[in-house]
Amino acid sequence: MLKAQNIIKTYTRGIEAVNAVNDISVSIDQGEFVTFMGPSGSGKTTLINILGCLDNPTKGNLTIARQPVFSEAKPLSERRLTQIRREHFGYIFQRFYLIPTLNVEENIMLPLTFYRKSGAGDALTLMKQLGIENRAHHLPGQLSGGEMQRVAIARALINDPSILLADEPTGNLDSHRSNEIGEILLGLNKKGLTIIMVTHNHELAKVGGRTLHLRDGKLVSVG
Amino acid sequence: MKIYQIAYKNLLRKKTRTLLTILGISLSAWVLVSLLGFNKGYEKALSRDIDQLGFQVLLTAKGCPYEAATLMLKGGTGLKYMDESILNQVEKYSDVKKLTAMIMHGVFDPNKGEAGGITAYLGIDPKTYPNLKQYVKFRQGTWFTGATLNEAVMGFEAAELEQREVGDHILVPGTQLELKVVGILKRTGSQDDGTIFVPKQFIQQNFNLQGKITGIGIQVKQNANLTSFEDQLYKLPDVQVVSLTQVKETIMNLVATARVLVLSIAIIAVLIAMLGVVNTILMSVFERFQEIGILKSMGAMPIDIFKMIWFETVFLCGVGGIIGNLLALGLSIVTDILIRQILPYSPSGRLVIIDGALALTTLLTIVGIGVISGLYPAWKAASIRPLESIRSEGA
Repeated sequence: MLKAQNIIKTYTRGIEAVNAVNDISVSIDQGEFVTFMGPSGSGKTTLINILGCLDNPTKGNLTIARQPVFSEAKPLSERRLTQIRREHFGYIFQRFYLIPTLNVEENIMLPLTFYRKSGAGDALTLMKQLGIENRAHHLPGQLSGGEMQRVAIARALINDPSILLADEPTGNLDSHRSNEIGEILLGLNKKGLTIIMVTHNHELAKVGGRTLHLRDGKLVSVG
Repeated sequence: MKIYQIAYKNLLRKKTRTLLTILGISLSAWVLVSLLGFNKGYEKALSRDIDQLGFQVLLTAKGCPYEAATLMLKGGTGLKYMDESILNQVEKYSDVKKLTAMIMHGVFDPNKGEAGGITAYLGIDPKTYPNLKQYVKFRQGTWFTGATLNEAVMGFEAAELEQREVGDHILVPGTQLELKVVGILKRTGSQDDGTIFVPKQFIQQNFNLQGKITGIGIQVKQNANLTSFEDQLYKLPDVQVVSLTQVKETIMNLVATARVLVLSIAIIAVLIAMLGVVNTILMSVFERFQEIGILKSMGAMPIDIFKMIWFETVFLCGVGGIIGNLLALGLSIVTDILIRQILPYSPSGRLVIIDGALALTTLLTIVGIGVISGLYPAWKAASIRPLESIRSEGA
């Protein structure tokens, strides 16, 4: 499904070059649930951004669905990255990023404004699946944190992605809501959705099938 | 959902800011459309006033042409006189169709206004003047009866101001002279509305101006060559020829100078309003930095973001332009009154004329400026990289 080889991401701080991701190779199969863990600054968000085509690596190769995306030292344009993201990825973030002036249904359907992939879902089915159908006409400000993250998940799923990227999806939620989100992600994975998640939450990490630990930009262990 | 719907809802997020921005644009659009309406209305009103004078050429005693224009259109003091015999010479010219002699006289009225003012009387020839003023209709009475010289015909506004009716007697300020009102004109929309007409002999006899006149109004034949006719008139001794076309041009030139100044201010006001729009939209873009990045992460292309932000700008300008036009239309009477306070000479009738074409042109101008103003914020928003916004999340 997704294969990254010798990914390096170097940032320059003044005259100092820092390898945020240092020669990481990882292969993720279709339907897998992979969790990246590690302390702050370990490079997990940088890695997930590269895997999710939000950023170019400095070096390395990335293949998605057997199609080469990045190859050695050939950065892709913002437009090309957007095209790849449209086809393959859905994203959820710690802060949800719902549009406050759009109601739940409109927020979920927002990605369809820009691109409608064949096989795109409908908002009502997703709302029912995530238990928020009675909130369809509520604004984000009227929802709890858990409900907002469910809306964000529905929004990520509306265009039928093959990979869901979740960056600290429970970072703003209490343990009860975190467990609920964990259950939802697990349910989606069981239906065949590939999930790549970054978290500090050990309980949530247990939900996933494979946990990869990072430190100083390198993979240090596989849980 | 369409991009313009998202843009519209974005504007509702900060209602006060959006309203204030729209208000700024509305005010500048109001000023702009009112000024353009004034430009149109003033010229029209001036042309109508001059056309309704009934003659195309005015012959006055030699002096400043601006004084002559003032005399003709407004009345005044410090008048210069010429000999009435000139009338016979002018009458002989083949281009002359009709002519009439006039004598203007002003007297100080201490009861006029707070500090007193000049009341002007226009002495006319009862036999020839009405022939040149055929459009004039009477509300009451008629021209002079000829029974006595102490008769007056009052313009509509002059009669309204003094609350006079036919049969009333009016006293010439500073004298023992009494005039009987024999006619009151209907509203003409011209300077005649504020004029008090008396027989010219009344002024000549009572103010020691025997054989003197201040002007001769000349109506020329239809195919007459005005330029060569004026050249002929200049051969007469000590006269000043005032072509009404020339008067109109002179006044319009004076007004144009003032208009350029005011228009410059209006353009500055519009530019300030536009900078306000750019500022508002830029602020909004920076506030939504992360959100725009997230939109891009979910598949929005730079052009989608560009269109969304651009639409917000154009929407603000469009709504502001429409409100500004409505304000200008609704308050055109107030604008008219304000302009009259400022201008040294205002023709009668509406000074501010706002029609559909003018309103549409102004609206399109404002929207056009909006289209240009929106380019930078839209480009700025379209350039936001999703990664930067996600990084800023953790910051």
